[in-house]
Amino acid sequence: MSRIDVRKTYKLYIGGQFPRSESGRSYVVNDAKGRLLANAAQASRKDARDAVVAARSAFGGWSTKTAYNRAQIVYRIAEVLEGRREQFEAELKAAEGISQAKARSYVDAAIDRLVWYAGWADKITQVVGNANPVAGPYFNLSTPEPSGVIAVVAPRGALLGLVSVVAPLIITGNTVVVIASEENPLTAITLGEVMATSDLPGGVVNVLTGSVAEIAPWLASHMDVNGIDLTGVEDAALATELEVAGADNLKRVRRPAPDTDWLVEPALDRMTRFLETKTVWHPIGV
Amino acid sequence: MSNIFEYAPAPESRAIVDIKPSYGLFIDGEFVDGTGKAFKTINPATEEVLAEVAEASDADVDAAVKAARRAYTRVWSRMSGAERAKYLYRIARIIQERGRELAVLESIDNGKPIKESRDVDIPVVAAHFFYYAGWADKLEHSGYGSTPLGVAGQIIPWNFPLLMLAWKIAPALACGNTVVLKPAETTPLTALLFAEICQQADLPPGVVNIVTGAGETGRAIVSHPDVDKVAFTGSTDVGKAIARAVAGTDKKVTLELGGKAANIVFDDAPLDQAIEGIVNGIFFNQGHVCCAGSRLLVQESVADEVMERLKRRMATLRVGDPLDKNTDVGAINSAEQLAKIRELSDIGEAEGAERWSAPCELPSNGYWFAPTVFTGVSQAHRIAREEIFGPVLSVLTFRTPSEAIEKANNTPFGLSAGVWTDKGSRILSMANRLRAGVVWANTFNKFDPTSPFGGYKESGYGREGGRHGLEGYLKGEDS
Repeated sequence: MSRIDVRKTYKLYIGGQFPRSESGRSYVVNDAKGRLLANAAQASRKDARDAVVAARSAFGGWSTKTAYNRAQIVYRIAEVLEGRREQFEAELKAAEGISQAKARSYVDAAIDRLVWYAGWADKITQVVGNANPVAGPYFNLSTPEPSGVIAVVAPRGALLGLVSVVAPLIITGNTVVVIASEENPLTAITLGEVMATSDLPGGVVNVLTGSVAEIAPWLASHMDVNGIDLTGVEDAALATELEVAGADNLKRVRRPAPDTDWLVEPALDRMTRFLETKTVWHPIGV
Repeated sequence: MSNIFEYAPAPESRAIVDIKPSYGLFIDGEFVDGTGKAFKTINPATEEVLAEVAEASDADVDAAVKAARRAYTRVWSRMSGAERAKYLYRIARIIQERGRELAVLESIDNGKPIKESRDVDIPVVAAHFFYYAGWADKLEHSGYGSTPLGVAGQIIPWNFPLLMLAWKIAPALACGNTVVLKPAETTPLTALLFAEICQQADLPPGVVNIVTGAGETGRAIVSHPDVDKVAFTGSTDVGKAIARAVAGTDKKVTLELGGKAANIVFDDAPLDQAIEGIVNGIFFNQGHVCCAGSRLLVQESVADEVMERLKRRMATLRVGDPLDKNTDVGAINSAEQLAKIRELSDIGEAEGAERWSAPCELPSNGYWFAPTVFTGVSQAHRIAREEIFGPVLSVLTFRTPSEAIEKANNTPFGLSAGVWTDKGSRILSMANRLRAGVVWANTFNKFDPTSPFGGYKESGYGREGGRHGLEGYLKGEDS
């Protein structure tokens, strides 16, 4: 008789823990051929709010770590992902119905993207900040700082898409609440396991699975969220509604990007959209 | 003491300005009659009517946007950066040449002291055009690409009328955009004089269009489908309304909104300089400054001494005729703003804070408010949370640097902050921990065209000034 395998329970990833939805709800996730893959947690408003609290709590510590330290941690995520690549390839094949070669190329690209962003941690300040030659005896310097807690609606690419929207936010010191792709949420939770074992402090990345239309409005209107990245929002009316809700506390907004080719090397704007510029003046004298 | 500070009046002559009885709109290089109503602009120091100004209707705004689009497509976006630069340099030079006239007109229409319009506003306006002129042919080195957005709709406030115009128009034009700009309804005159300067500079018609009016005119600009960029400086409430109005469009937006800056004084601060910094922070421009240091956080051990010195200094401030060269504090810009300042000050008293105003005689006509300080203010008081936008300072105390940070950041705003201490490492630590776009250490209210300005959180987004100020007017690279 063949062995009965031990199946995984997919839960949420909030504050470094893997809780079920407080609502007790779950929804069926099928593979590309319509067969049951697993039940995913269906996050509620309360879960979203808990995730924001976790992200806010993590922000102070994460944003004040040295850039070198953040770089090493994001690099570590790449290392751990490399070590678990077979699992991710298998999950992507099952969830997205793609070939082994395609799945491998996505995992390769996701690992490489993490390495690429890891290197930006201690360079972005040098590239987007500068000294300002004011007309007077003053030292004057402009440097970027993270905006704070960013809510993200992840695109369909279950691994590469997710990594491509989350990595640029955390590398600069933001903390994140991300709603995983509604159709393919399982890989996001597995990625949470990678992050949880990569020295990434709990709460820096929080992953919710469930209905975008249900959860995203709570994040968009949340007064302790500083920005919303609508990359994965496919319904234009919902995107507009979320942007309107975000205006209540003037969230920085990134509008949807439905046709992004995630295999192309990114520009800097995924980082810069959620950076503030701080300018410090001091007199020069004796 | 009063004898020592007796001054003879030293009024600046207003003969240099020629205010017309009525003004039209500046569209496509010409002054034209509006199709809407007209409104009056007054001198807030005397309540004298200065001129009638056209209120641009939807049709007028549409005509201005069409003119801007034509100029963009046919002329401005095709012109080389080097040629655009020369127009901007010309404008900078004419502003310098006509600087006295602009300063006097600004003080008459706005109520600000001539020493500020003459020594701060107008020189910085000229410097701003001069600075951005030089960027026009160097954009490929900016880090934001060199592709303009198109037509920019720009709405500016009444506190620094011409300076805010410069902050908006100079980078927009340098990047190759054309503009439709609306000055505030209480201070339209220097923008209209600027239109004349554009004519003198032979700026191609339609590159700059000035439409006067109030909120409805602003709404027409923001919602116009052929506007590619909206730039707004003003209240946080209107900023939020603009953010909602552009949701779901491709319009790029920058917002410079309100503030409630903490000005933090440690016990080792150079107190003479700190007192001057506190006074400059809140009484500069009658406190009509979004980045004003309106919350003084003073370390408990020196609080009594600071308050005593501050009151002594405030008693020497000369409040009165904006055109008098000795005047430190001019007129409140409008009856509406004066009512708001009075209301919030009364609330401050009602909520239990202790009010002290500098003893000074206020003119009988016009809108005036004596420099005022509140002590015994708690973080929950409305005068510690809401922007008063007037010469009113709220004082809180703290014991430790962490407490100062906690209180300073306890606001939905994040525009500016000040720190006063002799300890360098403390300055840098405070500067790191303050959530604000501009931090002035051992100085306050300094502005320069090369220095980016703008806020965190509900103080808005985007930067104006410096290399960073180009980003809001260029397409950039999206991934």
